[in-house]
Amino acid sequence: MSTFVFFVAAIGAITGAVGVIALKNPYYSVLSLVGHMISLAALFLLLRAEFLAASQVIIYAGAVIVLYVFVVSYVGDAAPALGQDPGRLAALGAFACGGALVVELFIAVLGSGLQAIGHDGAPYHAGFGTPGQIGTLLLTRFLAPFEIASYLLLIAAIGAVTLARRRGGLDDGIEGDAPVLELLDVLRPRPAATGTMAEAGGSRGMSEP
Amino acid sequence: MSISWYLAISAIVFALGAGGVLVRRNPIVILLCLELMLNAANLALIGFSRMWGNGDGQIFALVVIVIAACEVTVGLGLVVALHRRRLPVDVDELRELQG
Repeated sequence: MSTFVFFVAAIGAITGAVGVIALKNPYYSVLSLVGHMISLAALFLLLRAEFLAASQVIIYAGAVIVLYVFVVSYVGDAAPALGQDPGRLAALGAFACGGALVVELFIAVLGSGLQAIGHDGAPYHAGFGTPGQIGTLLLTRFLAPFEIASYLLLIAAIGAVTLARRRGGLDDGIEGDAPVLELLDVLRPRPAATGTMAEAGGSRGMSEP
Repeated sequence: MSISWYLAISAIVFALGAGGVLVRRNPIVILLCLELMLNAANLALIGFSRMWGNGDGQIFALVVIVIAACEVTVGLGLVVALHRRRLPVDVDELRELQG
Protein backbone atom coordinates (compact mmCIF):
# COMPACT_ATOMS: atom_id res chain seq x y z
CA MET A 1 0.00 0.00 0.00
CA SER A 2 2.74 2.45 0.91
CA THR A 3 4.54 1.59 -2.33
CA PHE A 4 1.43 2.48 -4.32
CA VAL A 5 0.99 5.78 -2.44
CA PHE A 6 4.69 6.55 -2.94
CA PHE A 7 4.52 6.11 -6.71
CA VAL A 8 1.31 8.13 -7.03
CA ALA A 9 2.79 10.99 -4.97
CA ALA A 10 6.14 10.84 -6.75
CA ILE A 11 4.52 10.98 -10.19
CA GLY A 12 2.35 13.85 -8.96
CA ALA A 13 5.38 15.75 -7.65
CA ILE A 14 7.36 15.34 -10.87
CA THR A 15 4.36 16.17 -13.07
CA GLY A 16 3.73 19.30 -11.01
CA ALA A 17 7.37 20.34 -11.34
CA VAL A 18 7.30 19.81 -15.11
CA GLY A 19 4.08 21.81 -15.30
CA VAL A 20 5.67 24.74 -13.43
CA ILE A 21 8.42 25.13 -15.99
CA ALA A 22 6.49 24.10 -19.11
CA LEU A 23 3.20 25.99 -18.88
CA LYS A 24 3.15 29.37 -20.60
CA ASN A 25 0.59 31.13 -18.40
CA PRO A 26 2.02 32.01 -14.95
CA TYR A 27 -1.41 31.30 -13.40
CA TYR A 28 -1.23 27.69 -14.53
CA SER A 29 2.35 27.49 -13.30
CA VAL A 30 1.19 28.55 -9.82
CA LEU A 31 -1.67 26.02 -9.88
CA SER A 32 0.75 23.31 -10.97
CA LEU A 33 2.96 24.25 -8.01
CA VAL A 34 -0.01 23.63 -5.70
CA GLY A 35 -0.30 20.07 -7.05
CA HIS A 36 3.43 19.61 -6.57
CA MET A 37 3.30 20.83 -2.96
CA ILE A 38 0.41 18.54 -2.03
CA SER A 39 2.12 15.50 -3.58
CA LEU A 40 5.25 16.43 -1.66
CA ALA A 41 3.25 16.63 1.57
CA ALA A 42 2.09 13.05 0.90
CA LEU A 43 5.74 12.02 0.53
CA PHE A 44 6.53 13.75 3.84
CA LEU A 45 3.73 11.76 5.47
CA LEU A 46 5.24 8.54 4.10
CA LEU A 47 8.52 9.60 5.73
CA ARG A 48 6.66 10.03 9.05
CA ALA A 49 7.09 13.80 9.14
CA GLU A 50 3.51 14.60 10.14
CA PHE A 51 4.09 18.12 11.41
CA LEU A 52 6.08 19.13 8.34
CA ALA A 53 3.46 17.68 5.99
CA ALA A 54 0.81 19.80 7.70
CA SER A 55 2.95 22.94 7.68
CA GLN A 56 3.84 22.33 4.03
CA VAL A 57 0.16 22.32 3.11
CA ILE A 58 -0.73 25.30 5.34
CA ILE A 59 2.28 27.55 4.67
CA TYR A 60 3.13 26.69 1.07
CA ALA A 61 -0.07 25.50 -0.55
CA GLY A 62 -2.00 28.06 1.48
CA ALA A 63 -0.21 31.30 2.34
CA VAL A 64 2.65 31.47 -0.15
CA ILE A 65 0.47 30.42 -3.09
CA VAL A 66 -2.10 33.10 -2.21
CA LEU A 67 0.73 35.66 -2.34
CA TYR A 68 1.77 34.36 -5.78
CA VAL A 69 -1.77 34.44 -7.12
CA PHE A 70 -2.26 38.03 -5.95
CA VAL A 71 0.99 39.19 -7.54
CA VAL A 72 0.29 37.35 -10.81
CA SER A 73 -3.13 38.97 -11.04
CA TYR A 74 -1.65 42.37 -10.11
CA VAL A 75 1.08 42.22 -12.75
CA GLY A 76 -1.25 40.48 -15.19
CA ASP A 77 -0.62 40.82 -18.90
CA ALA A 78 0.69 44.35 -18.56
CA ALA A 79 4.23 43.21 -19.07
CA PRO A 80 4.83 42.67 -22.78
CA ALA A 81 7.21 39.79 -22.46
CA LEU A 82 5.43 37.86 -19.71
CA GLY A 83 6.17 34.19 -20.18
CA GLN A 84 7.75 34.67 -23.57
CA ASP A 85 9.30 31.65 -25.16
CA PRO A 86 13.10 31.58 -25.10
CA GLY A 87 15.09 30.54 -28.11
CA ARG A 88 15.28 26.92 -29.12
CA LEU A 89 18.99 26.84 -28.43
CA ALA A 90 18.50 28.22 -24.89
CA ALA A 91 15.85 25.58 -24.18
CA LEU A 92 18.13 22.81 -25.44
CA GLY A 93 21.02 24.16 -23.36
CA ALA A 94 18.87 24.31 -20.22
CA PHE A 95 17.65 20.76 -20.89
CA ALA A 96 21.25 19.56 -21.23
CA CYS A 97 22.22 21.35 -17.99
CA GLY A 98 19.27 19.80 -16.14
CA GLY A 99 20.09 16.32 -17.45
CA ALA A 100 23.73 16.71 -16.43
CA LEU A 101 22.61 17.85 -12.99
CA VAL A 102 20.36 14.78 -12.58
CA VAL A 103 23.19 12.44 -13.55
CA GLU A 104 25.60 14.20 -11.22
CA LEU A 105 23.18 14.14 -8.28
CA PHE A 106 22.40 10.46 -8.86
CA ILE A 107 26.10 9.64 -8.85
CA ALA A 108 26.73 11.81 -5.79
CA VAL A 109 23.82 10.56 -3.69
CA LEU A 110 23.10 7.00 -4.79
CA GLY A 111 26.69 6.08 -5.59
CA SER A 112 27.96 7.30 -2.25
CA GLY A 113 29.20 5.00 0.47
CA LEU A 114 26.12 5.56 2.64
CA GLN A 115 25.01 2.08 3.66
CA ALA A 116 21.64 3.02 5.09
CA ILE A 117 20.05 4.58 2.00
CA GLY A 118 19.25 1.14 0.68
CA HIS A 119 17.06 0.40 3.72
CA ASP A 120 13.77 1.67 5.01
CA GLY A 121 15.45 3.81 7.64
CA ALA A 122 15.71 3.58 11.38
CA PRO A 123 13.00 1.67 13.26
CA TYR A 124 9.98 3.85 13.87
CA HIS A 125 9.31 4.85 17.43
CA ALA A 126 6.13 6.52 18.60
CA GLY A 127 6.25 10.29 18.67
CA PHE A 128 8.70 10.71 15.79
CA GLY A 129 7.87 13.78 13.71
CA THR A 130 4.92 14.83 15.86
CA PRO A 131 4.41 18.50 16.81
CA GLY A 132 5.50 17.62 20.34
CA GLN A 133 8.91 16.37 19.24
CA ILE A 134 9.45 19.28 16.84
CA GLY A 135 8.45 21.77 19.53
CA THR A 136 10.74 20.20 22.11
CA LEU A 137 13.67 20.33 19.70
CA LEU A 138 12.89 23.92 18.65
CA LEU A 139 12.79 25.16 22.23
CA THR A 140 15.81 23.25 23.52
CA ARG A 141 18.56 22.36 21.05
CA PHE A 142 17.56 24.69 18.25
CA LEU A 143 16.49 27.72 20.26
CA ALA A 144 18.97 30.11 18.61
CA PRO A 145 18.00 29.21 14.99
CA PHE A 146 14.35 29.52 16.00
CA GLU A 147 14.84 33.07 17.32
CA ILE A 148 17.01 34.09 14.36
CA ALA A 149 14.37 32.77 11.94
CA SER A 150 11.74 34.96 13.60
CA TYR A 151 13.98 38.03 13.20
CA LEU A 152 14.59 37.05 9.58
CA LEU A 153 10.85 36.90 8.91
CA LEU A 154 10.38 40.34 10.51
CA ILE A 155 13.18 41.86 8.43
CA ALA A 156 11.84 40.29 5.21
CA ALA A 157 8.35 41.65 5.89
CA ILE A 158 9.68 45.18 6.51
CA GLY A 159 11.93 44.92 3.44
CA ALA A 160 9.06 43.83 1.19
CA VAL A 161 6.86 46.71 2.38
CA THR A 162 9.70 49.19 1.84
CA LEU A 163 10.44 47.80 -1.64
CA ALA A 164 6.88 47.73 -2.92
CA ARG A 165 5.69 50.97 -1.32
CA ARG A 166 5.08 53.90 -3.62
CA ARG A 167 7.21 56.86 -2.65
CA GLY A 168 6.78 60.42 -3.72
CA GLY A 169 9.51 61.40 -6.14
CA LEU A 170 10.64 57.93 -7.08
CA ASP A 171 8.05 57.53 -9.82
CA ASP A 172 9.40 60.51 -11.72
CA GLY A 173 12.75 59.14 -12.68
CA ILE A 174 11.65 56.36 -15.02
CA GLU A 175 13.24 57.55 -18.23
CA GLY A 176 15.23 60.67 -17.47
CA ASP A 177 17.31 61.26 -14.39
CA ALA A 178 17.84 58.18 -12.30
CA PRO A 179 15.89 58.16 -9.03
CA VAL A 180 18.02 57.98 -5.93
CA LEU A 181 16.75 56.20 -2.83
CA GLU A 182 18.17 57.59 0.38
CA LEU A 183 17.69 56.67 3.98
CA LEU A 184 15.53 59.76 4.36
CA ASP A 185 13.04 58.36 1.80
CA VAL A 186 12.32 55.43 4.09
CA LEU A 187 11.84 57.63 7.12
CA ARG A 188 9.84 60.56 5.80
CA PRO A 189 6.04 60.42 5.73
CA ARG A 190 4.46 59.46 2.44
CA PRO A 191 2.52 62.05 0.45
CA ALA A 192 -1.26 62.06 0.35
CA ALA A 193 -3.12 59.76 -2.10
CA THR A 194 -0.41 57.14 -1.97
CA GLY A 195 -0.16 54.03 0.12
CA THR A 196 -2.09 50.81 0.30
CA MET A 197 -5.46 52.15 1.41
CA ALA A 198 -5.55 55.01 -1.08
CA GLU A 199 -4.55 52.75 -3.95
CA ALA A 200 -7.04 50.05 -3.05
CA GLY A 201 -9.89 52.51 -2.83
CA GLY A 202 -8.72 54.75 -5.66
CA SER A 203 -7.72 58.36 -5.17
CA ARG A 204 -11.19 59.84 -5.63
CA GLY A 205 -11.71 62.97 -3.62
CA MET A 206 -8.03 63.50 -3.11
CA SER A 207 -5.77 65.75 -5.09
CA GLU A 208 -3.42 63.88 -7.41
CA PRO A 209 0.20 64.26 -6.33
CA MET B 1 10.31 2.09 0.18
CA SER B 2 14.01 2.59 0.73
CA ILE B 3 15.38 6.08 1.30
CA SER B 4 17.23 6.06 -2.04
CA TRP B 5 13.90 6.34 -3.90
CA TYR B 6 13.11 9.57 -2.08
CA LEU B 7 16.59 10.90 -2.82
CA ALA B 8 16.09 10.09 -6.51
CA ILE B 9 12.80 12.05 -6.56
CA SER B 10 14.57 14.91 -4.78
CA ALA B 11 17.37 14.95 -7.39
CA ILE B 12 14.90 14.95 -10.30
CA VAL B 13 12.82 17.80 -8.83
CA PHE B 14 15.96 19.83 -8.07
CA ALA B 15 17.21 19.46 -11.64
CA LEU B 16 13.78 20.44 -13.01
CA GLY B 17 13.86 23.59 -10.89
CA ALA B 18 17.38 24.45 -12.03
CA GLY B 19 16.40 23.95 -15.68
CA GLY B 20 13.36 26.16 -15.14
CA VAL B 21 15.50 28.97 -13.72
CA LEU B 22 17.65 28.75 -16.84
CA VAL B 23 14.88 28.55 -19.40
CA ARG B 24 12.17 30.95 -18.17
CA ARG B 25 12.38 34.74 -18.31
CA ASN B 26 9.42 35.77 -16.16
CA PRO B 27 10.72 36.57 -12.65
CA ILE B 28 7.56 35.14 -11.02
CA VAL B 29 8.13 31.76 -12.69
CA ILE B 30 11.81 31.93 -11.73
CA LEU B 31 10.72 32.36 -8.10
CA LEU B 32 8.42 29.33 -8.52
CA CYS B 33 11.38 27.32 -9.82
CA LEU B 34 13.44 28.39 -6.79
CA GLU B 35 10.60 27.01 -4.65
CA LEU B 36 10.93 23.70 -6.51
CA MET B 37 14.64 23.53 -5.69
CA LEU B 38 14.07 24.37 -2.01
CA ASN B 39 11.34 21.73 -1.85
CA ALA B 40 13.70 19.14 -3.30
CA ALA B 41 16.21 20.01 -0.59
CA ASN B 42 13.46 19.65 2.02
CA LEU B 43 12.56 16.20 0.72
CA ALA B 44 16.20 15.09 0.96
CA LEU B 45 16.51 16.53 4.49
CA ILE B 46 13.39 14.74 5.68
CA GLY B 47 14.56 11.54 3.99
CA PHE B 48 17.83 11.67 5.90
CA SER B 49 15.94 12.50 9.09
CA ARG B 50 13.91 9.31 8.62
CA MET B 51 17.05 7.37 7.80
CA TRP B 52 18.64 8.22 11.16
CA GLY B 53 15.41 8.28 13.16
CA ASN B 54 16.44 11.73 14.33
CA GLY B 55 14.37 14.92 14.31
CA ASP B 56 17.19 17.34 13.47
CA GLY B 57 16.64 17.10 9.71
CA GLN B 58 13.00 18.10 10.18
CA ILE B 59 14.10 21.25 12.06
CA PHE B 60 16.42 22.06 9.14
CA ALA B 61 13.51 21.59 6.73
CA LEU B 62 11.38 23.91 8.85
CA VAL B 63 14.10 26.59 8.72
CA VAL B 64 14.30 26.11 4.93
CA ILE B 65 10.52 26.72 4.75
CA VAL B 66 10.97 29.97 6.73
CA ILE B 67 13.79 31.13 4.47
CA ALA B 68 11.72 30.29 1.38
CA ALA B 69 8.88 32.42 2.75
CA CYS B 70 11.29 35.35 3.28
CA GLU B 71 12.73 34.96 -0.21
CA VAL B 72 9.25 34.89 -1.78
CA THR B 73 8.20 38.01 0.13
CA VAL B 74 11.21 40.04 -0.99
CA GLY B 75 11.14 38.67 -4.56
CA LEU B 76 7.47 39.41 -5.07
CA GLY B 77 8.00 42.87 -3.53
CA LEU B 78 10.64 43.48 -6.20
CA VAL B 79 8.28 42.29 -8.95
CA VAL B 80 5.55 44.65 -7.71
CA ALA B 81 8.05 47.53 -7.54
CA LEU B 82 9.17 46.77 -11.12
CA HIS B 83 5.60 46.74 -12.32
CA ARG B 84 4.81 50.03 -10.60
CA ARG B 85 7.72 51.77 -12.27
CA ARG B 86 6.56 50.45 -15.69
CA LEU B 87 9.78 48.48 -16.11
CA PRO B 88 9.56 45.31 -18.20
CA VAL B 89 8.88 42.22 -16.06
CA ASP B 90 11.53 40.20 -17.86
CA VAL B 91 14.89 39.19 -16.42
CA ASP B 92 16.63 39.53 -19.80
CA GLU B 93 15.63 43.19 -20.05
CA LEU B 94 16.80 44.14 -16.57
CA ARG B 95 20.50 44.59 -17.14
CA GLU B 96 21.24 47.85 -15.41
CA LEU B 97 23.04 46.25 -12.47
CA GLN B 98 25.34 44.41 -14.82
CA GLY B 99 27.90 47.21 -14.85
